[in-house]
Amino acid sequence: MLFTSEHEQFRTVLRQLVEEEINPYADEWEAARIFPAHELFPKFGAVGALGLCYPGEFGGGDADQSYMAVFAEELGRADCGGVPMALAVQAFMATPALARFGSDALKQEFLAPAITGEHVCSVAVSEPGAGSDVAGIRTRARRDGDDWVISGRKMWITNGTQADWICLLARTSDEGGYQGMSLIVVPTASAGFSVGRRIEKMGNHSSDTAELVFDDVRVPVRNTIGEIGHGFQMQMNQFQDERLVMALMSVSGARRAIDRTKEYLRMREAFGQPLIANQYLQYTLAEFVAEVEILHGYLHHAIERYVEGQDVTRDATMAKLKAGRLVRQVADTCVQFHGGMGYAEEMWVARYLRDSRLGSIGAGADEVMLRVISMMEGMGQR
Amino acid sequence: MKIAVCVKQVPDTWAEKRLRESDRRLDRESADGVLNELDEYAVEEALRLVEAHGGEVTIVSMGPERAAESVRKALSMGADAAIHVSDDGLAGSDALATSLVLARALDGRDFDVVIFGSESTDARMSVVPAMVAERLGWAMLTFAQKVDVDGTTVAIERAGDGETVSVRASMPVVLSVVEKINEPRYPSFKGIMAAKKKPVESLDIASLGLDAAAVGASGAWSEVADFAARPAKAAGTVVTDEGDGGAQVASYLVEQKLI
Repeated sequence: MLFTSEHEQFRTVLRQLVEEEINPYADEWEAARIFPAHELFPKFGAVGALGLCYPGEFGGGDADQSYMAVFAEELGRADCGGVPMALAVQAFMATPALARFGSDALKQEFLAPAITGEHVCSVAVSEPGAGSDVAGIRTRARRDGDDWVISGRKMWITNGTQADWICLLARTSDEGGYQGMSLIVVPTASAGFSVGRRIEKMGNHSSDTAELVFDDVRVPVRNTIGEIGHGFQMQMNQFQDERLVMALMSVSGARRAIDRTKEYLRMREAFGQPLIANQYLQYTLAEFVAEVEILHGYLHHAIERYVEGQDVTRDATMAKLKAGRLVRQVADTCVQFHGGMGYAEEMWVARYLRDSRLGSIGAGADEVMLRVISMMEGMGQR
Repeated sequence: MKIAVCVKQVPDTWAEKRLRESDRRLDRESADGVLNELDEYAVEEALRLVEAHGGEVTIVSMGPERAAESVRKALSMGADAAIHVSDDGLAGSDALATSLVLARALDGRDFDVVIFGSESTDARMSVVPAMVAERLGWAMLTFAQKVDVDGTTVAIERAGDGETVSVRASMPVVLSVVEKINEPRYPSFKGIMAAKKKPVESLDIASLGLDAAAVGASGAWSEVADFAARPAKAAGTVVTDEGDGGAQVASYLVEQKLI
């Protein structure tokens, strides 16, 4: 992919922001199990990072998706997984459908403050009884005049305890299956909304992941994004950005992890020489370098196709699958090559292993990616 | 208010810098070039002043072709236009020659205020702002940690060893500012895109009407006669504490005449 000098200048800005505004606080935020989203997001909003590909009239950058790649690659280099994920949710997971299909009034009210970072937002699809199987969701929005009255529960919601509004997928008719769902913007200040609990997770500790409760929450029907009943399709569309961003973050994170492991092996001596002199260790890392670079190239190709306006469902699905699997291997190997230090909390590696495990689960599990690819290959049915 | 900010491209502050054996000058290829960090405070202060009082900010830089990247960075922070003086004949210029070039580039353009960072992180002389003020015949307010503009009066605060000094002058003035003065903004995506279209005027020795012998290596009043690599760090003294560690450290310090 052709990155211009402007891409590189913006990359430098993002790298500096990650190094100055995230990394020095990562330990503190991981321990606290939360980070101050309302303090951090405006800093990313000020440089335009939260609305890169959104329309200028709502404060966005009017950029193409090549800038999404720059964003994901730089955020993937942070010292923890939770905070970059939270920023990615704000910039590329909770907002694409609103930007593409929402009314101007809705964009003015909710997208514009999300782009500046003044509002924190979440996307809510998974439920206690349905995650990857989106057709199984049960959260219901009943129509009462000009309002929706929403009841149900949502699970695994990133930014869940701090969000000002939620991009919610709910059933708005009895059609069942993939039919009759809508995406609705729900302000968290609405009566009947509550945070059920903050979920303790294996990794991404700095991110506040929550279960959300909707108990007859009343929001205007005009808060519906795009057409009523087309929510599933819009969410699937929104998932493409989410999967590409996750894959790109994973790949750049893996590259950094390999580099840091190389440095450690250079420094650490065993049996009278630096560990890096051991050919087994060299070849193992060399193979990972090859896999990471090939996947990175594939992702850049996908981004180019996206910029050209082509459907990248297939590319995003495959890349997300392979990135999720690859970082698990890379992280496990990095821990192994650090020996005892890899198992200690004082090094970065243990956190990396925990955080990267999400790559195969979030934004659709590996098995869902395989299911999608199987269907595209004519081997399965919905 | 028309403000000029003089900026310099320097080798990356954190990089290992080298001098070339051949001409005893900085080997610019040995490190990435970046906008002098201390100049970012000058750019920020200029932007804040025009945000508060109106006006425009022009970046002025003397440096080789690749210094254009640093000029562009200053523009992406929000400055309006730039002047880039570049000429092979300027290589080897010392502070005096640099001040001559900058003063000539600044003169006659109706600037009210010229702002510099307090020093460049490579040469670290801190004298160019004063030399430029002298050449222009303008008032000079250096090492400002606070700047206030009231009409045509510029007032600064400068931190001394035991006191804070307040100094005032009428425009036009030359200022230099220290790190304490502000927190420079990051260039934004829109700023980076806008900077592509901002005007950059290119000047050289001839277009400035300068005598080529007065600048560059030939015009330098000083030259690096010799240099040597920094000696490797000597091994420190290790004190093993066997109950008398404190006393051992104290006697070491006494030996060194530190206490």
